[in-house]
Amino acid sequence: MESRFSGNAHVYGDDIDTDRIIAGKYTKTLNLQDLADHVLEDLDVDFRSKLQKGDILVAGTNFGCGSSREQAPLALKVAGVSAVVATYFARIFFRNAINIGMPVLEVPDLEAETGDEIEIDLKAGSVKNLTRGSEYKAAAMPQVMIDILDQGGLVSYLKKNGTYDASAL
Amino acid sequence: MPGQTVIEKIISRHAGKSVAAGDLTIIDVDAVMMTDTTAPLAIKAFRGMNGDKPWNPERTHLVIDHASPAPNERIARLHDLMREFAADTGAVLYDVGRGICHQLMIEEDRVRPGEAFFGADSHTCTYGALGAFATGVGSTDLAAIMLTGKTWLKVPKTIRLEVTGRINPGVEAKDLALGMVGTLGFAGATYQAVEVCGEAIVPMSLDERMTIANLGIEMGAKALLIHPDGLELPYEFDAAAISPDPDAAYVRELTMDGSALRPQISCPPRPDATVDIDELVGTEIDVAFIGTCVNGRLRDLHAAAEILKGKRVAPGVRLMVSAASQKVFLDATNDGTIATLIEAGATFLPSGCGPCVGTHLGVPGDGEVVVSTANRNFRGRMGNPEANVYLASPTVVASAAVAGKIVDPIEVVEE
Ligand code: SF4
Repeated sequence: MESRFSGNAHVYGDDIDTDRIIAGKYTKTLNLQDLADHVLEDLDVDFRSKLQKGDILVAGTNFGCGSSREQAPLALKVAGVSAVVATYFARIFFRNAINIGMPVLEVPDLEAETGDEIEIDLKAGSVKNLTRGSEYKAAAMPQVMIDILDQGGLVSYLKKNGTYDASAL
Repeated sequence: MPGQTVIEKIISRHAGKSVAAGDLTIIDVDAVMMTDTTAPLAIKAFRGMNGDKPWNPERTHLVIDHASPAPNERIARLHDLMREFAADTGAVLYDVGRGICHQLMIEEDRVRPGEAFFGADSHTCTYGALGAFATGVGSTDLAAIMLTGKTWLKVPKTIRLEVTGRINPGVEAKDLALGMVGTLGFAGATYQAVEVCGEAIVPMSLDERMTIANLGIEMGAKALLIHPDGLELPYEFDAAAISPDPDAAYVRELTMDGSALRPQISCPPRPDATVDIDELVGTEIDVAFIGTCVNGRLRDLHAAAEILKGKRVAPGVRLMVSAASQKVFLDATNDGTIATLIEAGATFLPSGCGPCVGTHLGVPGDGEVVVSTANRNFRGRMGNPEANVYLASPTVVASAAVAGKIVDPIEVVEE
């Protein structure tokens, strides 16, 4: 996974639940494109048409609360979202995103508007708003999560390692 | 060594060393469960990891409940994939009609006190009712457990919530649970565990405890564990192993006065938007739904029948009922509860998730108002973002079905 990348921000609010990221009626499929086609539609019907590949989702508190459906981060990833930056995430969503190889960063005080250009440096754990010239430090992740993300997700991590590395905790 | 919370005790036992809140550790997992929403992705991920057979097939459970029986050919194929996986690997399958995953895991004795149970469904926290550390994970995490028998986690801090006093007649475990969600807030326990105890909890049956533990995730909690005082199970268990040490360290200690609690209703579109029923009296409804892993058990059907006995559902209101399992349905048939409900005008759905997650079996129309015993009322949750879903107890939902509007259950009883 590339460590440094940038994209345009799409800014939304607090408590965006997984039912709004991808409604339960669409989750029962292995065709991931179907998920991407309906991502965030109950929040913003135009999101899909506005989204450019590599764009970055910026949200408030408790992003991804609700169900444990991994279809939520998958829908965002397959639709072309390169990362989500939020004040903080719901626990299961955060883990699911890392497990499928999508960067998620907790930045409590990010100032951004839709359309701002955001740069993320995963190695440095930093988020820059290039449009405003501001820089933020993301909350640190456990080493095991960094390793999983490095490998592109938990499937490739375990395919390679066979099990978790206890020394990486 | 300082005292341990319940979750510190359980995780320490599964880590093979003493751990405390904040520690990262790898633990041995006792059992897993996945549903037709999450199993297909988990099986795909498991195959991707070069997995052949789960580490412990007898304790790997697959439940077809979320869209069951299959509403279309796409979902029928996913169900077949689950059946094939179970047949190939020896994993345990509960097929169409058996019931809701969380009901089955407890009813079928698939989880015991003190165990570490991971389910690919966020309401796996329900098993905290019998003192298991049970939590929801995504499909890939679940696949990883099938491969390794282990997972990694951060030991959560614990909030202690004591409910003092006795709850009043007409007030149910669901009201208490909604009250807790309202008190703690929707994200109030994120990354934390909750221990629930107190005088109001001690007399509660396992059914009622499950209702409370079920709503743990609606507080954002990693797990909700109910202290075992008063817990009755059909086998012996070690209560000390699922009780905290007297000097355990909590991040917050709260008390709620159970005796002051009124029936609670949570307003759309957030489970923590709870109010006393009195604020909503008179709200007209179109659909009443009694069921789900929160309130589809025998005691819940009894509570509904108590209200509906000898009465009729109001004209223009649709009352749908789904027993949480085939066993519940059979028990309720044998004791006459089902007949009472049908005579009152209820429509029965197969045992499963029914309309809870908006895939089938009763999607509400535009602008319709639903009062439901479920646990979530997010926009679009029941399949239509133009509908409004209120959450309440079986007694309140049954009363609303009779009156055609939200009413204090006392009024229906006294009529
Ligand atoms: S009944 Fe509803 S909340 Fe319970 S497992 Fe099924 S979909 Fe989830």
